[in-house]
Amino acid sequence: MRDEVESTLAIAHHHDLVRVRRALGVAADAVGLDPVRRTKLLTAASEIARNALTHGGGGEAEVELVEGRGVRLRVWDHGRGIEDVEEALRDGFSTAGSMGVGLGGARRLVDEFALESGKGTGTCVTVIVWKRP
Amino acid sequence: MTSVLVEVLNGAGEELVDRWVSLQTESVLFRADLLAPEQVREESSAFVSQLCESLERSGAVDPEATLDGEPWEGMRAFLAALFRSRAQRGFEPDEVAEFLLLFKLPLFEALQKELGEDPAKLVDAVWDATRLMDRLGLYTTQVYARAKEEVIARQREELLELSTPVVTLWEGILALPLIGTLDSQRTQQVMEVLLQEIVDQEASVAILDITGVPTVDSATAQHLVRTMRAARLIGAECIISGIRPQIAQTMVTLGIDLGQVESRSTMAGALRVAFSRRGRKVVATGEA
Amino acid sequence: MEAVPILRVGDVLMVSIQVDLHDQLAERLAGDVADAVAKHDPKGVLIDISGVEVVDTFIGRVLGHIAQLARLMGSRVVLVGMRPAVAITLVELGMDLPGIETALNVDRGFRALGLEPPG
Repeated sequence: MRDEVESTLAIAHHHDLVRVRRALGVAADAVGLDPVRRTKLLTAASEIARNALTHGGGGEAEVELVEGRGVRLRVWDHGRGIEDVEEALRDGFSTAGSMGVGLGGARRLVDEFALESGKGTGTCVTVIVWKRP
Repeated sequence: MTSVLVEVLNGAGEELVDRWVSLQTESVLFRADLLAPEQVREESSAFVSQLCESLERSGAVDPEATLDGEPWEGMRAFLAALFRSRAQRGFEPDEVAEFLLLFKLPLFEALQKELGEDPAKLVDAVWDATRLMDRLGLYTTQVYARAKEEVIARQREELLELSTPVVTLWEGILALPLIGTLDSQRTQQVMEVLLQEIVDQEASVAILDITGVPTVDSATAQHLVRTMRAARLIGAECIISGIRPQIAQTMVTLGIDLGQVESRSTMAGALRVAFSRRGRKVVATGEA
Repeated sequence: MEAVPILRVGDVLMVSIQVDLHDQLAERLAGDVADAVAKHDPKGVLIDISGVEVVDTFIGRVLGHIAQLARLMGSRVVLVGMRPAVAITLVELGMDLPGIETALNVDRGFRALGLEPPG
């Protein structure tokens, strides 16, 4: 089955986090995720999108269905990038005074998590949640 | 060479199958409870004709050849289906191995009968037949082992589900007897089942009984704590019961702290706590 | 401007969140609850989140703030109706709202405050 792009959304304002969650909710229902996995996906998305907004100065989100049994979210921003990725994923790390379970917490909620970042190129986070086997 | 085997098999015909079937059904390892003689006969003659077909298609028996090639495709499929089903139905390894082992006797008898006049040819034929049977045997062992693994994996999953029973002890009081090791996958499942039951039954207290949990290390304790935190978030309290002396000792030695959680050594003790939370207590009536 | 309604039920303030909270709305709610507590001096505040699908770290923190504010002003906050999936997710996030009282539903919330539920 081909992966299909459900939607691409801008992340420029706090309202956009709600939009990203909503788009993911639609995708999660299309795939048939159970309530726990659905909630974990939406919550992880919220953390990642907020990170892009507060640390990356905004960006974009793309929601895709994967092989009809998973949902993939990709969020990229145009910020300064994260210098120490491992550090950023550790609980309690924060550069903006928030509590900072954000990205590290999001990683625990999803099945697959990838973070690419470089100085000056921004940050791109990709996550997938699969339907329960 | 092939032609010799095929000729012998064709020549021996029904007689060979009869002899093989009676060897199988008279064996001490025969599972009369799982197999009807008619079925044995059907499977045995299907095997012989499949063998003839594969031998004919392969042209010559190369002693070094494996069964991977296209001519043996039909045979592989036949054996895979047969042995997979036997594995699933609970046949033991020796009972399964007998099928091919017992085939050797009538096969060699037939070879003897046909080639008895020519000892050199007979030795060659027996040698080739033995190699072939060994390769088939090896293949069936693999099929059987894989099928067994699948059975075990499935049973493990079923057990996982079975082992998360939520029991209603009293109005608003649930108990969850945990049996087996508590890993993170299991914990996830326990949480989901427990929380849903709490909501469905509007329970306010849940007793997690760990009598059946063999060891409690810091990871297990973390899993228990996570379960209790999740229950608290939806508005229910968890009590741990079944903390045996050895478990308590290990926990103290490892410095494991369950935090603010109420814990008791017995389910009765935990139930008493649960009753008091619900504003009830157990009193003696003086009748018994 | 949109806002989460705060209702007075006897001695209790009822906050029923039925929308997907965005950050500003959540922050505004904290201020609104503080104002309402100051005005009515209730015995407690029930926050019903049975309609909420996602509680992330931000919303979680706001809920924690509301509980703290109310406590400082002499009122208790009980969070009611959290969905199992939300609870499991919060625990996984390592955010288990330690300072907040919880109850299964609104009725239980009233009882937790030592009151009879209405109706």
